[in-house]
Amino acid sequence: MTLKWEWVPKLAEGLPLTFQITFSCIAIGIVLGVMLALLRVYGNRPIRAICGIYIQFFRGTPLMVQLFIVYYGLPNWGITLSALQSGIIALGLNTAAYQAEYFRGAIQAVRGGQMMAARSLGMSLSQSIRYVILPQALRLVLPSWSNEFILMLKYSSIVFTVTLLDLMGQGKRLAARGGNYFEVFIVVALFYLAIVFIATMLLRLLERRVRIPGLGAPTEHR
Amino acid sequence: MKEPAIDAITRLLPFIPRLLYASLINVELLLALIAVGYVLGTLVALLQVYGGRTLGAIARVYEWIFRSIPALVLLYLFYYGPPRFGLPISSFVAATFALGCRSSAYQSQIFRGAIQSIPSGQMMAARSLGMSRIRAVFTIILPQAFRLSIPGWTNEFSSVIKDTTLAYAVSFNEVLRTAKIVYDTHYDLAITVLVFVALVFMALTLVGNTTMGVIERRYGIPGLQAAGTARTRRRPLLGSQGSMGRRT
Amino acid sequence: MLLRVENIHKRYGKENVLTGVSFAMAKGETKVIIGPSGTGKSTLLRCINLLTPPDQGRVWLEDHEITHAKANINKIRSQIGFVFQSFNLFAHLTALGNVRIAPMKVKGMKKAEATRLGMEELARVGLADKASAYPSELSGGQQQRVSIARALAMFPKLILFDEPTSALDPELIGEVLEVMVGLAKEGMTMVVVTHEMGFARAVADEIIFMEHGVIVEQGPPKEMFSNAKHPRTGEFLNKISELYGDTEE
Repeated sequence: MTLKWEWVPKLAEGLPLTFQITFSCIAIGIVLGVMLALLRVYGNRPIRAICGIYIQFFRGTPLMVQLFIVYYGLPNWGITLSALQSGIIALGLNTAAYQAEYFRGAIQAVRGGQMMAARSLGMSLSQSIRYVILPQALRLVLPSWSNEFILMLKYSSIVFTVTLLDLMGQGKRLAARGGNYFEVFIVVALFYLAIVFIATMLLRLLERRVRIPGLGAPTEHR
Repeated sequence: MKEPAIDAITRLLPFIPRLLYASLINVELLLALIAVGYVLGTLVALLQVYGGRTLGAIARVYEWIFRSIPALVLLYLFYYGPPRFGLPISSFVAATFALGCRSSAYQSQIFRGAIQSIPSGQMMAARSLGMSRIRAVFTIILPQAFRLSIPGWTNEFSSVIKDTTLAYAVSFNEVLRTAKIVYDTHYDLAITVLVFVALVFMALTLVGNTTMGVIERRYGIPGLQAAGTARTRRRPLLGSQGSMGRRT
Repeated sequence: MLLRVENIHKRYGKENVLTGVSFAMAKGETKVIIGPSGTGKSTLLRCINLLTPPDQGRVWLEDHEITHAKANINKIRSQIGFVFQSFNLFAHLTALGNVRIAPMKVKGMKKAEATRLGMEELARVGLADKASAYPSELSGGQQQRVSIARALAMFPKLILFDEPTSALDPELIGEVLEVMVGLAKEGMTMVVVTHEMGFARAVADEIIFMEHGVIVEQGPPKEMFSNAKHPRTGEFLNKISELYGDTEE
């Protein structure tokens, strides 16, 4: 079994796409997830129900199926998206559902007394959310979101099934040419190990920088 | 707008038996890989907690590898690997072990967390009664650890059932591939078929969760739940992602 | 009259927590509300600043009826200070941050001005040196004093205290009561729900005894302690004085 060095640059060509997809879908996930979470916590009944259905669907069905629905299914309804768009949207909608739940948990973990205190000072509901709840919830949810980022980094590989040339897609392309799938994909695996490792380290650093003493375990009483 | 919808459903009907049959194959894969994951996961967890330095380190590396490499890459490695060394392998077996080893990495973490959340007083009490370490582990620690792991396993179960569709990539004839075959010839049925498959999975997840719920009620220790382990950065209070959660 | 509370009713489910409670107070007065636990004292306070809207009854702050449907609730709350039993400091902000956030966001004060004001109020409660500490780094007594400073920074017309020392370790109670006595003597209008009889004796203009959601008796401390008209009042005061001591503050 021989591994060839020249594979590395060829495989690396897929990295930009991998990163693009990951960052884009996480961005969508954060924006949409925060919105959904706020609607679920502070919205009225019908809104909460609709958001709930969305979340149930995207958490309860396989990512592959979601991707295929966007890429192969939507054309039935006249919406044709490129493979890249489909990938980003499907992954984005998926991660948004999970992020919404994490964020909702974080919002609810900020002790209710603080909301009361904010209102008693005369802050409106939106001010209370903006200046008291959100800053804390965003910090509390960071570990879950870091996790989600790593997860999406790995799941971004599914886009190769719709013929996108990310790291995984480049791997397939390279392997198909020489027929040496196993060797090539050992190298692909090493690539993923490396980027996951680096990403994990960076995210942990980020978490440490944003920490506030005493904000780690909000259920602690003084 | 109602007509095309009903129309689509009627045209879907003849394919439903095929699709349902194919989803059973996913369930088969699910059960097989969970079994593999369970056996390996328990082993890896025990090695990490009680195995001593070298074995523990090996176990930790194993866990890290199978958690960091994407499932699809693992599938490819397990599918194309054995033939390379002269061992033919079916896509079912390849998928079982690829996803199974991956699941074992997560299950070992669940189990390890459960073991570590058992108060050290339990072991102390067992030893003070004269039990050897091994006996204490088997009669006191493990039974409790299993029960404490049930919620985590519910989570894993929900995650993994959806991952069975990844086997699509190694030409495994599960439900997603079957679906594609159907709409490759009936283009306009694509979204109907795919949404149907999605709903099938929602149903399967529901069934699975209810079953796990029953198991949890019968065997779970009331009031006790394993906290996250050191490896996860998930806060316990945020850990209740319900039963459709991600792994960490 | 600065505050007028008229005929407040509140029920939770089937339970009548408050039944027809009314009282009034003038500027500069300090009223202390006492009574057995669960008799609606805290609920009454929260009805006054509408954190818990009453089912029936009206409240006036000076000339404005704050229970009116069209009232600007946020503006009103910015004029009424509230000190909670569990402090409820904003965990992500320093002591100074806690004190200056409302002046900045609710009153639109500029940051520099708000900071100056914040430091003044913190000094007033004796915590200027803890300005950059986070709530988790402060003792209970210190946290409660910060929360008083936070209320003061809004220049309220009236401050409501909901059992401010009940969650504190005994040795920390003194520092908070000291601040509150100081405020009373400076002429702040205060309504305080508490068990601290020493405080009541020292600064209360009137003591209100509540039981089962109604006001049983009210009167100046001297009268209430020695000459209570209602038997229950006497009973309760004796019991409380035994339990909590009634040292002069």
